[in-house]
Amino acid sequence: MVKTVKEVKSVKDTVWDVIVVGGGNAALCAAITAAEAGAKVLILEGAPKTYRGGNSRHTRNFRCMHQGPLSVLTGAYHEDEYFNDLMLVTKGKTDESLARHAIRASEECLPWMEAHGVRFQPSLSGTLSLSRTNAFFLGGGKALVNAYYNTAQDLGVTVKYDAQVSHIGMVGDCFSHVAVSFAGGDTVEIKGRAVVLASGGFQSDLEWLTRAWGPAAANFLIRGTPYNRGVVLRDMLDQGCESVGDPTQCHAVAIDGRAPKFDGGIVTRLDCVPFSIVVNRDGERFYDEGEDVWPKRYAIWGRLVAGQPDQVGYAIIDARSRDLFMPSVFPPVQADTIDDLADKLGLDPNALVQTVETFNAACTEGDFTPTELDGLSTTGLTPPKTNWARTISHPPFYAYQLRPGVTFTYLGLKTGHDARVQTTNGPLPNVFAAGEIMAGSILGQGYLAGFGMTIGTVFGRIAGQEAAKIVLSQEAQHVA
Amino acid sequence: MSLDTHLSEARRQIEICNACRYCEGFCSVFPAMTREKAFADGDLTHLANLCHNCRGCYYSCQYTEPHEFALNIPAALAEVRQDSWERLVGPQVLAKAFHRSGVAIAGVLVLGFALLMALISVMRPVSGEGFYAELSHNLMVALFAPAFLLPLYAVAVGLRRYWTETGAPKMVLSDVFIAFKQAGQLKNLNGGQGQGCNFEREDRYTDARRWFHQAVLFGFLLCFAATSVATLMHYLLDLKAPYPLLSLPKMFGVTGGILLVIGTIGLGWLKTKADPELGAKRVWGGEMGFIALLGFTAASGLALYAATGSAVMPILLVLHLGAVATLFLLLPYTKMVHGFFRLTALIAEEAIKRRGSM
Ligand SMILES: Cc1cc2nc3c(=O)[nH]c(=O)nc-3n(C[C@H](O)[C@H](O)[C@H](O)COP(=O)(O)OP(=O)(O)OC[C@H]3O[C@@H](n4cnc5c(N)ncnc54)[C@H](O)[C@@H]3O)c2cc1C
Ligand code: SF4
Ligand code: SF4
Repeated sequence: MVKTVKEVKSVKDTVWDVIVVGGGNAALCAAITAAEAGAKVLILEGAPKTYRGGNSRHTRNFRCMHQGPLSVLTGAYHEDEYFNDLMLVTKGKTDESLARHAIRASEECLPWMEAHGVRFQPSLSGTLSLSRTNAFFLGGGKALVNAYYNTAQDLGVTVKYDAQVSHIGMVGDCFSHVAVSFAGGDTVEIKGRAVVLASGGFQSDLEWLTRAWGPAAANFLIRGTPYNRGVVLRDMLDQGCESVGDPTQCHAVAIDGRAPKFDGGIVTRLDCVPFSIVVNRDGERFYDEGEDVWPKRYAIWGRLVAGQPDQVGYAIIDARSRDLFMPSVFPPVQADTIDDLADKLGLDPNALVQTVETFNAACTEGDFTPTELDGLSTTGLTPPKTNWARTISHPPFYAYQLRPGVTFTYLGLKTGHDARVQTTNGPLPNVFAAGEIMAGSILGQGYLAGFGMTIGTVFGRIAGQEAAKIVLSQEAQHVA
Repeated sequence: MSLDTHLSEARRQIEICNACRYCEGFCSVFPAMTREKAFADGDLTHLANLCHNCRGCYYSCQYTEPHEFALNIPAALAEVRQDSWERLVGPQVLAKAFHRSGVAIAGVLVLGFALLMALISVMRPVSGEGFYAELSHNLMVALFAPAFLLPLYAVAVGLRRYWTETGAPKMVLSDVFIAFKQAGQLKNLNGGQGQGCNFEREDRYTDARRWFHQAVLFGFLLCFAATSVATLMHYLLDLKAPYPLLSLPKMFGVTGGILLVIGTIGLGWLKTKADPELGAKRVWGGEMGFIALLGFTAASGLALYAATGSAVMPILLVLHLGAVATLFLLLPYTKMVHGFFRLTALIAEEAIKRRGSM
């Protein structure tokens, strides 16, 4: 305790060149870049050390433009193809110039990441389709975060964990200090010459989520860190910063309903939907499960399940489909008859048997090919199942409960190409933002796998560079 | 925790990994895991013996405690691995006692000294030079041949059981070749890309454990070669010990001894710095005892070389031979046995992979 008091005092008595709020990918890239430029940097990470790294600790890859084979990436992935992929998922809701800026800068990120301790590995088994576009981190996002913390430490960056920032203090349009509480203690003010805001979205503030989405949000699971509660985002919006992104929307996928409320991460995803029928609480189907190959439909099912009563769904398969998808983290519920399965799930057996029988009757003869759109469709069924419509008839039967799992929220701070935070009166001179807190400009809707880490790396580095630049040029002026 | 709890805990954790796979690039365990959806006891035993406790998958894991998934793969697999050695190599009373207790190992050592002392005083040969002035060559052979062969037999039976349990197909020469190469480079301790392991510096990688381990391994092999060459020289060429410094037995022996001393000190030191929670805690003492025994064997051997002809030689001889005898007698029931199981696991893995790709 004495030690922490002393430590807090020494942190408090310093005027820092650059204070970085947050401790995920964007924060670390900013801190490392600023420290390398010669700035004295403080990282304030709201989470305790064991949970440091925000949502970045859950990631597995980042999306990278490249002209030819690069590190673990095969082939080439050019700017226009990358941008088109982004346009497809966002349905045009993107700031083209900022997006292209990020895409172009992604290419030099990969060697920079390697030089700062990140290691890449070939595409994971079961994700071969991404081997050209996405570079996977050896050991995943937590290994990346560890590598960056070590690099930052070696560069002399000071890191404080359990440091919840509640307010960004401004004098006029100039940043002066942050208000922060260490390990739940009293709020103290720490002075700095520039600040980088990299504290993510607000998806872990369930009240805020409920205000934005409605009462259904109470049943949502949060896939990542419980520490991204949007405190700094709210504070900056209240201080007149311009916002981007739809304030009511979040990115949600359908995950295993038995996942923990927070931090379930990647393992809670379920890939069984295309080979299943999905029913709601009342035992009724509600959407075409076979609309497209799973990666392309992964994201819409969060919203679909969120729209059902009690925000719950049940994917049901038979024995023949058990090995067609990645293993699930929890074993499925299993029964020898549909009746029993309904019982175990707490569903009305009659309704479920009825739904399965109607579905089976609508299935047609034909070749079932799990790896591609096989056109094996139901006839005369609403909603139809347009691919992989094979009967649910071979016991044992299996079921997975589905719930919406929130990945991130879209609302963020508006920034320019130089990562400066914008107000209606123009940019703030020494306030920068990077990562999810400003991603809404580029990802206005939907999600492109691996783009979150790209945005964080690109704008984290820019923010660090720009912050160091103004601080060090001020110093030069003082000396002169 | 009992055997069953260790297996079911490892199964619980491995099933989480199998839905994640972020650690695929670290070692042979994860690619082997993705072959299965459900894990039989034999599968888990095999994964556990492939794991080299590099700890990369612990420090990289987003699900370690306090997360409710509480992943600790290095510890979970260490427990299953430890159980497998104690279970497969009989008799179990011996395995349980010596794996876990450095004190028990020391006890046998002292007993060995005493026995040798007694033998020497009762059966001192009438003639003989060097060591054999103290203990006749034939008596040494009569003592050491069974002390060497019986333990090897016990291990061989254990390895056979392992092979059956994991369901590996028949091996071919190339499997063995690949496995030896991996062991020679300690491939599974290099982090997958040569950066080393996370044994003693938490989330930073170092190569210290690999270097010290290979000093021990090659030091041991050199000492073994020294003894083998000396035996051949004794019987085939009728050249008797003590040998001059520039003879093969001494060159192998001295280099090997020095490597062993450096390696064991290094490994013991790393072990004091590493987090015991990431291994099989209950055998920490036994493992340290074993490292000490190995180091003592090497050091006493070196001292013996240095003391040839001096007055302390008889006592050093007793110390050294006592240590060697203990080392071999306890081979199946100490950490020493890991080498055999590792190699077998690596060979089995190649054989299984080959079957898979046919
Ligand atoms: C399960 C999952 C898997 C994902 N996989 C991928 C993937 O493979 N590739 C990809 O590109 N994207 C992926 N994403 C998205 C990706 O995680 C984010 O886009 C990215 O991590 C954002 O980085 P960031 O640094 O902006 O935020 P974060 O990494 O979330 O960091 C925010 C930091 O701010 C801290 N913080 C918050 N509030 C405060 C406060 N008031 N005071 C102090 N500190 C505070 C938090 O503790 C945290 O350290 C995934 C997301 C999830 C949930
Ligand atoms: S140890 Fe953790 S990060 Fe690694 S594969 Fe297992 S669950 Fe994933
Ligand atoms: S501890 Fe190392 S060798 Fe063992 S499973 Fe984990 S990564 Fe593989």
